[in-house]
Amino acid sequence: MDPLVAAASVLAAALAVGLAAIGPGIGQGNASGQAVEGIARQPEAEGKIRGTLLLTLAFMESLTIYGLVISLVLLFANPFA
Amino acid sequence: MLDVLNTFNFLPIAELEVGNHLYWHIGNLKIHGQVFLVSWFVIALIVGASVLATQNAQRIPSGIQNFMEYALEFLRDLAKSQLGEKEYRPWLPFVGTLFLFIFVSNWSGALIPWKLIELPEGELAAPTNDINTTVALALLTSLAYFYAGFRKRGLGYFAKYIEPTPILLPIAILEDFTKPLSLSFRLFGNILADELVVAVLVLLVPLFVPIPVMMLGLFTSAIQALVFATLAAAYIHEALEGHGEEEHD
Repeated sequence: MDPLVAAASVLAAALAVGLAAIGPGIGQGNASGQAVEGIARQPEAEGKIRGTLLLTLAFMESLTIYGLVISLVLLFANPFA
Repeated sequence: MLDVLNTFNFLPIAELEVGNHLYWHIGNLKIHGQVFLVSWFVIALIVGASVLATQNAQRIPSGIQNFMEYALEFLRDLAKSQLGEKEYRPWLPFVGTLFLFIFVSNWSGALIPWKLIELPEGELAAPTNDINTTVALALLTSLAYFYAGFRKRGLGYFAKYIEPTPILLPIAILEDFTKPLSLSFRLFGNILADELVVAVLVLLVPLFVPIPVMMLGLFTSAIQALVFATLAAAYIHEALEGHGEEEHD
């Protein structure tokens, strides 16, 4: 592999995961905070809130995973190598 | 592009055996044998459990029959909450099969010590950590919701592309491509990430320390199976109902 391409790919992979983690991080924090607020206000709805929260967290998580997939492709299956 | 993901072999990280595959050559096709082996195992497990649970059905269930009835009720609730009381029954087998197959493959990849079985090349793992499996499942979901739409509304199904306004037509068409893309990448990425993290931790500290991460992996893979099945059901529901309906959570 061309060293320039290798260096750029490694940097890009790091950036892909790092940047992709920002948004879902904020989103997950927001969602969890709201869920805790909801449970505090209405403790009997805890089961339902927790179920929905886990599902939505998984959705947000997958945004980071997309970044991870991109960086895995860049590292292990680089189309430009 | 999907094929490119097979070329993990030439990497320094290849000791983790992320990307070595057991290749079978059938005609001109190169097939990932280990995926098939574990898939067959998973299918055998599910079918075996179903046969075992139903061959001597009792009025008052106990043992495995009880467990399978619990699983069935869980799947029925899942399908019902997405598809609604009226529509869910014909789609229950599809959604339920998706959930069971993904769930059992994810957990079998994490729980069964496949490492003890030596393969000439590659290693056995969850079939869902191969992108081909997840793409196949996602495309099946696409087919299913197109079929659901056509079956229910005939050619009127295409009205959903221009229904609020024709301006959104490109986005509506794009959606049909992003749905299977995101479904497959979500599942593949999550399972592969789990196994990679565990592999890296095992490489660093072989004992005890990776256990919490493995637990997290079990949890995530269960949730991912749930998400896949839920989304499949939600897409089918959207195709059945058309635009502008109430959102189901």
